[in-house]
Amino acid sequence: MSNTASILDKNGVMVRSMHPKKFAMWLFIISVVMVFISLTSAYIVKKAEGDWLLIDFPKMFNVTSILIVMSSASLHFAYISAKQNNLFRIRLGVVVTGVLALAFIVGQYLSWRELVAQDVFFVGNPAGSFIYIFTGLHVAHLVGGVVFLGIVLVNAFRYKVHSKSMAQIEMCATYWHFLGGLWLYLYLFLILNN
Amino acid sequence: MSENGDMGHHDEHDHDHEQSFISKYIFSTDHKIIAKQFLITGIFWAIIGGALSVIFRLQLGFPDMDLEWLRPLLGKWITTSGKLDSEFYLALVTMHGTIMVFFVLTAGLSGTFSNFLIPLQIGARDMASGFMNMLSYWFFFLSSVIMFISLFLETGPAAGGWTVYPPLSALPQAIQGSAAGMTLWLVAMVFFIASTLLGGINYITTVINLRTEGMSFSRLPLTIWAFFITAVIGLLSFPVLFAAALLLVFDRSFGTSFYLSQIYIGGEALPNMGGSPILYQHLFWFLGHPEVYIVILPALGITSEIIATNSRKPIFGYRAMIGSMLAIAFLSFIVWAHHMFVTGMNPFLGSIFMFLTLIIAVPSAVKAFNYITTLWKGNIVFTPGMLFSIGLVSFFISGGLTGLFLGNSAVDINLHDTYFVVAHFHLVMGSASFFGLLAGVYHWFPKMFGRMMDEKLGYIHFWSTFVGVYLVFFPLHYIGIAGFPRRYYSFTSFDAFSTFADLNSFVSIAAILTFGAQFIFLFNFFYSIYRGRRAPANPWKSNTLEWTTPVNPGHGNWPGEIPKVYRWPYDYSKPGAEDDFIPQTVPYSATPESNTDYENELAKPEEVTPKVKAEDEA
Ligand code: HEM
Ligand SMILES: [Cu+2]
Repeated sequence: MSNTASILDKNGVMVRSMHPKKFAMWLFIISVVMVFISLTSAYIVKKAEGDWLLIDFPKMFNVTSILIVMSSASLHFAYISAKQNNLFRIRLGVVVTGVLALAFIVGQYLSWRELVAQDVFFVGNPAGSFIYIFTGLHVAHLVGGVVFLGIVLVNAFRYKVHSKSMAQIEMCATYWHFLGGLWLYLYLFLILNN
Repeated sequence: MSENGDMGHHDEHDHDHEQSFISKYIFSTDHKIIAKQFLITGIFWAIIGGALSVIFRLQLGFPDMDLEWLRPLLGKWITTSGKLDSEFYLALVTMHGTIMVFFVLTAGLSGTFSNFLIPLQIGARDMASGFMNMLSYWFFFLSSVIMFISLFLETGPAAGGWTVYPPLSALPQAIQGSAAGMTLWLVAMVFFIASTLLGGINYITTVINLRTEGMSFSRLPLTIWAFFITAVIGLLSFPVLFAAALLLVFDRSFGTSFYLSQIYIGGEALPNMGGSPILYQHLFWFLGHPEVYIVILPALGITSEIIATNSRKPIFGYRAMIGSMLAIAFLSFIVWAHHMFVTGMNPFLGSIFMFLTLIIAVPSAVKAFNYITTLWKGNIVFTPGMLFSIGLVSFFISGGLTGLFLGNSAVDINLHDTYFVVAHFHLVMGSASFFGLLAGVYHWFPKMFGRMMDEKLGYIHFWSTFVGVYLVFFPLHYIGIAGFPRRYYSFTSFDAFSTFADLNSFVSIAAILTFGAQFIFLFNFFYSIYRGRRAPANPWKSNTLEWTTPVNPGHGNWPGEIPKVYRWPYDYSKPGAEDDFIPQTVPYSATPESNTDYENELAKPEEVTPKVKAEDEA
């Protein structure tokens, strides 16, 4: 599958600390972190300048936060099952994660409705627009994660996810936990700044 | 290529045996081909970017000239009175900046040399992911196509300056260029960012994970250190540009107000409330300042390598070079507000940023000092690559000095947005980095194409360009000190500046001649690809690994095993040694005559692979 792995083995090139793809994955995560750091810094800078709207924090965010933590747990369950070669449980874990992810997305949509109910629209004072941007961009990354889950699931049905072939599910889990952590960061950020 | 066959034998499923033309030259995953694709695309953009600057220099130097003859090319952008349209002038300046900074000196420079040299100099078969690498080029290509198309729009390309500050860039009604041209600019930049990130992730992963045996970080050539640090800077800063652009897209197309507030345009109030254009500047310059180092660091890395090789001396202060690059990289993230001294920022904050900015002069000076001490008393070989490297050092110093003036927040009140800034960055960034690019092409051309470029033409090219650059950019300091603002269509509409009319004509003539001199290079480049003298294996008697490959390396770079590395890359003119260079592949145990005591210790446990081609597929 990977170019590099075989090159590494045969030609005496040392394999250093990490699988190149996993390493690249971490670098990608760093770049996503930078996007959100800069957006949240922009939020702080803009808020400090004044002309800011006070917004009631959507209650739904509490629910979606719990959902995303649960989805991380279920994916971890799938990951452990892969280590134990329990195919049924891998599939179960991944499917449950996917369902929770969809519930999370629906939840975020409902929280937008809560915002609209208090007349906070995407177009308007940046205080509101920023919330839409944070949640929207996070969901966009989450959709990518769901696609990744799908790929893992397909491979689980093809018997390609097991204790000797963990790289993919591991990367998927890393990304997924990262997305969970990212949402919790945004959640706390919004609470603390309101 | 026969090497290709060999390689296929080693790793069956990795490399196709019979590559079609398309998979070999178009959708190639070979880092060397991708590097050449970046180079050729970069050259294409450099010609366009240079040509645009010639057109606006005509306007600045010869405001009364009849430009009717440009109508076949520019159409309605030549007014009925035969003058350049003033809005199109702004579009030209904007596209010139965008093209040069991003497409030529970022993609053209990093894309070419990081791709080409990283695997070859660290001893790897290819990049960590050939596919991502290919994707990186094709995103760049797509971005290029979109940006190119924007040049031909009815309303013209983006015209708000390469920094595209809102509100000018956010409001289509503000200037024609902020209509469709700006939209395409943003779309193109999104693809560009994706390309840079894909490339950068690959460079970092490759340098960290795929170094050959013995290639520790303290034995890496400075080129690789430079590319590596550049990629890290890019990874941290380009996402911020993405965030800035994203908010701008929403302001432009969806009516949000991140950057907009209380604007009257054409006597009408816009609905946008609560935003701040300064916010954009913070986000932009958080990328923008690191970006200038993304542009210069690879050039400095290339220069380190070329100057050491052609001075036949070890680079002076190898560790100091690495340390100063790391320091520059770190500092580059905390000085962005020096571009914003006059945005009404708190003067106390201004002095903090002034302090941080001026600290950058220290590592920069360390680098300049080390180049000069490397040259000092060297057996200098003046190859064209070497001349361009020395030229780079010259520009880096003369342009860096003016940075010290600009970094002073009080002095900058006077100098900001004048031609003084233009002179500063064209020397320290534009010309220096461009010289790094040219130096790299002259130096690694034999490895890229298996042939040599013509030296005589190289010398002519160097001297005309070197002198030309100073003739063009030095006078701009005076114009700037006199207070002339950049991005103004005309000098002559202000009496105060009419005394500079002759100087401006002079600059324009010098610019046109310098631009013309680049065609010597273009001829030399393309002619030598087909007709150049065949290159020997190691034309510059260099130590680094790329010269241990076959003259025309195939996919996989080394036909047999990847060489091991035993020493750092700068053993030039080592006392006691027979030759004046000892390649990195020569073990200490083979050079008892030149080893230091410490190296003799290292020689003892060395496991040297026998010179016989090892049978693979163990
Ligand atoms: C001693 C080191 C340096 C100092 C103190 C310095 C300082 C500054 C300052 C204060 C400005 C803002 C001027 C203004 O707009 O009023 C500026 C502009 C600029 N500098 Fe430097 N600089 C240094 C080195 C460099 C280097 C090494 C590069 C690139 C390789 C560079 C590229 C630029 C560019 C591109 C701009 C103009 C951006 C624009 O407004 O379009 N500078 N510099
Ligand atoms: Cu700067």
